[in-house]
Amino acid sequence: MEGVNSPENFDGVTVPGGNAAWRRVQLARHPKRPHSLDYIGRIFQDFQEIHGDRNFGDDPAIVAGLAHFEGRPVLIVAEQKGRDTKQRFFRNFGMPKPEGYRKALRVMQMASKFGRPIITFLDTPGAYPGIDAEERGQAEAIARNLREMARLSVPVVVICIGEGGSGGALALGVGNTVLMLENAVYSVISPESCAAIIYRDSAKAEQAAAALRLTAEDLKSLGLIDGIIPEPAGGAHEDHDAAAESLRTHLSARLSELDSLSADQIVEHRYEKFRRMGNFFA
Amino acid sequence: MSWFKRDKGDDDKLPKLTDQERRVKTEGLWQKCEGCRQIIWKKDLEANWNVCTKCGAHSRIDAFTRLKLLLDEGEFTRYDSTLRSNDPLGFVDSKPYSERLRGMQNATNLCDAMIAAEGLLAGRKVQICAMEPKFIGGSMGSVVGEMIMRAIERAIAGREPLIIVSASGGARMQEGAVSLMQMAKISAGLMRLDESRLPYISILTDPTTGGVTASYAMLGDLNIAEPGALIGFAGPRVIEQTIRQKLPEGFQRSEFLLKHGMLDEVVPRLELKQYVATALRFFVD
Ligand SMILES: [Zn+2]
Repeated sequence: MEGVNSPENFDGVTVPGGNAAWRRVQLARHPKRPHSLDYIGRIFQDFQEIHGDRNFGDDPAIVAGLAHFEGRPVLIVAEQKGRDTKQRFFRNFGMPKPEGYRKALRVMQMASKFGRPIITFLDTPGAYPGIDAEERGQAEAIARNLREMARLSVPVVVICIGEGGSGGALALGVGNTVLMLENAVYSVISPESCAAIIYRDSAKAEQAAAALRLTAEDLKSLGLIDGIIPEPAGGAHEDHDAAAESLRTHLSARLSELDSLSADQIVEHRYEKFRRMGNFFA
Repeated sequence: MSWFKRDKGDDDKLPKLTDQERRVKTEGLWQKCEGCRQIIWKKDLEANWNVCTKCGAHSRIDAFTRLKLLLDEGEFTRYDSTLRSNDPLGFVDSKPYSERLRGMQNATNLCDAMIAAEGLLAGRKVQICAMEPKFIGGSMGSVVGEMIMRAIERAIAGREPLIIVSASGGARMQEGAVSLMQMAKISAGLMRLDESRLPYISILTDPTTGGVTASYAMLGDLNIAEPGALIGFAGPRVIEQTIRQKLPEGFQRSEFLLKHGMLDEVVPRLELKQYVATALRFFVD
């Protein structure tokens, strides 16, 4: 039941319309919306990118790097979409392959070894659905990240900045603190794929978006995320600097909250949070 | 059970009927094998755990049958069999999710897409979860997530092996991000099991896709699959639509995954119990 929207369906340039959830989907995919590197350049200092999974290759859909945040060393792992056509192809429309997730895990385990906090940015339509990705174990790569992120002994702060596309986003999403930008969405399936399944009509994505409860408010009220980061009026694309400043303030506060926890407590804290997630049964 | 054992003798066993008579009389009693397209007496097929007696093709079995196949004397104690989803999203598609759930519960006699149980496998106590592929496509939502978590916790408390038999289309759309987060929740549980140095054997059966493959199905100390099972992250149709080319023969089948290093072994259904029993001796004795 996983799926991604094909980039061809994209029409985020138009003024967003429709129901509230669908407007959020349009904003989350807006071509002028800040992507990970736009935030990284504004919030962090001394960013040094590091590449490769030491096994197969380097996946440009995931950017990893060492950096300083407010004077302290941190690791950044971020899903990256391109802006112009050339970049979008280079970043594979932000759809990571197994080597991307394996690079992410490699560097997160390195950060854990050296006691450095990890900050991840989620922004993907989904993990890449392709022959090569399947051959190299897309599912295994995501699964392993989920289990191994649970084991990291350093603070992990996850921020969904745009599209939280299913397992492809969650593979970097097992954090002590998980935040969403106000107009970001996070969903088990894209509205288009959902509509194709339930209404046999991908054009009914707008209806599906509302049914899926994928907005930041929805996830907060379901107890699946820890907080919402406000965006400038009209959305983050209207003012990248203001959006970055808002993100910086919240990241700073959330990181300090975790500072008092020991390595063991950090693992326990993250575990307990996910253990309680989704208690919707009787 | 191999294809080359097929001979004229098999055809002679079919009753001599006209086509029309055959259509009427065979309804419910005979079944066409998806593998060899031969007509097989349904009772023979069921007696052989839905493995074709002519070509060895594996057709799906339900969760109850799965547990009978794997556990001694077919006996087991169930856990959490009354856990029901309370429809966290208030999801409505062609009908309300709550109604769909009730329909499925009546049709399968299960509250959700899994049986969690404890039983003996070759004399050894194990915690075992078997997914029910007929229950909303065997999809995973909050109930399946919680049943697996509790099974992991029982395994840790009793220092017992864990076995999960997957048969699932993935995370359950009707529970949205709640389903998605079960992937992280269960995987965190499996981290704990791993830290406890207790064995987890994942058995992948037809079909195992999406968020189930991308979480617990791929996290076994051993990942083994039945022959010919569809196993993957993205569904074949999604991939075809994305890359706009036809998929190679056998793509995303067990044997394909074995070749690409994603499985420890492809094990025929009738040999599964013995395979797991032998493996557990390595892990536990
Ligand atoms: Zn057959």
